Amino acid sequence: MINWKIQLKGTWTLLKKELLRFWRVVFQTVAAPVITGILYLLIFSHVLDGRTEVYAGVSYSAFLIPGLIMMSLLQNAFANSSSSLVQSKVMGNIVFILLTPITYIQFFIAFLIAAIVRGLFVGLTIYLLASFYIDLPIMYPGYVFSFAILGGALLGTFGIIAGIWADRFDQMAAYQNFVIMPLSFLSGVFYSIHSLPPFWQKISHFNPFFYMIDGFRYGFFGQSDTSPHLSFLIVLTFFIILTGLSIKLLKTGYKLRG
Amino acid sequence: MEKAIVFKNIKKSYGSVQAVNGINLTIYQGEFFGLLGPNGAGKSTLINMLAGIVKSTSGTIKAMGFDVEKNYQEARHSLGIVPQELVFDPFFNVREMLRFQAGYFGKGRENYDWIDEILERLDLTEKAFTNMRQLSGGMKRRALIAQALAHRPPIIVLDEPTAGVDVELRQRLWAFMKDLNQSGHTIVLTTHYLEEAENLCKRIAMVNRGKLVALDDTKKLIRKNSAKNLNIKIDNLDEQKILKILKSFKVFIKNEILSISLENLEELNDIIVLLKKNKIKFFDIQTTEPDLEKVFLQMTKK
Ligand SMILES: Nc1ncnc2c1ncn2[C@@H]1O[C@H](COP(=O)(O)OP(=O)(O)O)[C@@H](O)[C@H]1O
Ligand SMILES: [Mg+2]
Repeated sequence: MINWKIQLKGTWTLLKKELLRFWRVVFQTVAAPVITGILYLLIFSHVLDGRTEVYAGVSYSAFLIPGLIMMSLLQNAFANSSSSLVQSKVMGNIVFILLTPITYIQFFIAFLIAAIVRGLFVGLTIYLLASFYIDLPIMYPGYVFSFAILGGALLGTFGIIAGIWADRFDQMAAYQNFVIMPLSFLSGVFYSIHSLPPFWQKISHFNPFFYMIDGFRYGFFGQSDTSPHLSFLIVLTFFIILTGLSIKLLKTGYKLRG
Repeated sequence: MEKAIVFKNIKKSYGSVQAVNGINLTIYQGEFFGLLGPNGAGKSTLINMLAGIVKSTSGTIKAMGFDVEKNYQEARHSLGIVPQELVFDPFFNVREMLRFQAGYFGKGRENYDWIDEILERLDLTEKAFTNMRQLSGGMKRRALIAQALAHRPPIIVLDEPTAGVDVELRQRLWAFMKDLNQSGHTIVLTTHYLEEAENLCKRIAMVNRGKLVALDDTKKLIRKNSAKNLNIKIDNLDEQKILKILKSFKVFIKNEILSISLENLEELNDIIVLLKKNKIKFFDIQTTEPDLEKVFLQMTKK
């Protein structure tokens, strides 16, 4: 009775709904983070350009842009899945999905892809706008693309977990302010971790955001603080662990089915 | 008769609250079935367990032969549930919501005509492109009902669909449900309007404190429980005193009127004699045909 066509149509419908959801408020979900990203770029590069050359032959502004793109991509992937879930829970309209034959796997896939798409969309827009300001060639597009997708996926999954767990908007905001923001600011977006004292360098190595940004940046310049392959492996490991956790939560219906 | 829904030894507890306490109930295909009971009786909990929104503590539930936990996909395909809470998604308009809802069940363009028909029947066509947020309460309720029907389920379950809804929609909705029932759909509803249930439902279950207290054909249920109603208006009604005097009868007091279910007309004389003997003055007396409300009050008395 239930065949793959029905499953595919169900997953596609949920994905479409999730995409439309952020598209309807594109000013808030895309334009706002893009403007923030561009402001960071203008201010930091204005203040610091010329003073610090992180990698040989790479200006500070050029160094900054991939970090800003990735940071915005990650934050928005997280924001998409988490806020959609919390909103549906608070409004109660999550039942519209719970009443359907959509499986926990379909649910996971749809929310994950929507999060990645929003992240990529924000990241790409910042890249395009920034390239008016500074010439920024990409040395290895494959690395750029892989880290963008994997990073968006990791934060999208994390957003699903946070969205399932949080019952209110303020709990969600706590996640944003106390986990996502510090981890993304302390990940080497604005500096190379080699410029840090040894203790803080060590600490940085426990931050998954560091690997995502470092690997992404490698794709642009062919230079990085750590091997991009190691970074990819570490991010992939985090993704697999969080995917396992979020699928488990969805399967048991934790906080979703009473 | 083929079974549509089977509840078997269903229990649900929330901490120390026993919301549903061992319910066995079979509803057959093609039935127009009423699930009645006072607030907090456990009706919504029962429906939510059928829907898979709430997990039962013990027991099994089947919809069209499919276990709602083990074969939840098939079970949900056969169910169209209208939740009691008036929920909506503020991002979309009515038609989008209906198309999404059908899409989750694997239905696409081939189903669009049906969606237009639902809109028409629920008088929502003009609101098809209105954002859900901008609909009035009554309109939101219609959209909620429409969403449950979008995938054309054989079983339709409505949890208080007419709460706070104007008379016109109620009539429209019931006409639609009757038609759907005629074309083979199984309809299950809970409502506070007992008159509605009496007119619509062929069979009724009454639930009280998580237990089934009555289950029968609507007509039989009414006949079995009383022959006639006696309504008496009394001067300076003293509830406690009256209840004491008439303690061997099924008495309810509502709006200062004493209402008694008579099992036979002999009782009428006994009551008048008793009232006279106790020097209670009454200034109006009237008998009426029995109705579901009386049975309901009787069955769900503490
Ligand atoms: N999520 C919940 N947590 C705790 N108690 C609940 C919950 N849902 C329902 N109940 C309790 O279960 C009982 C049955 O509720 P419900 O099924 O909503 O009744 P009805 O729909 O018949 O009015 C009530 O006592 C109610 O307070
Ligand atoms: Mg209820």
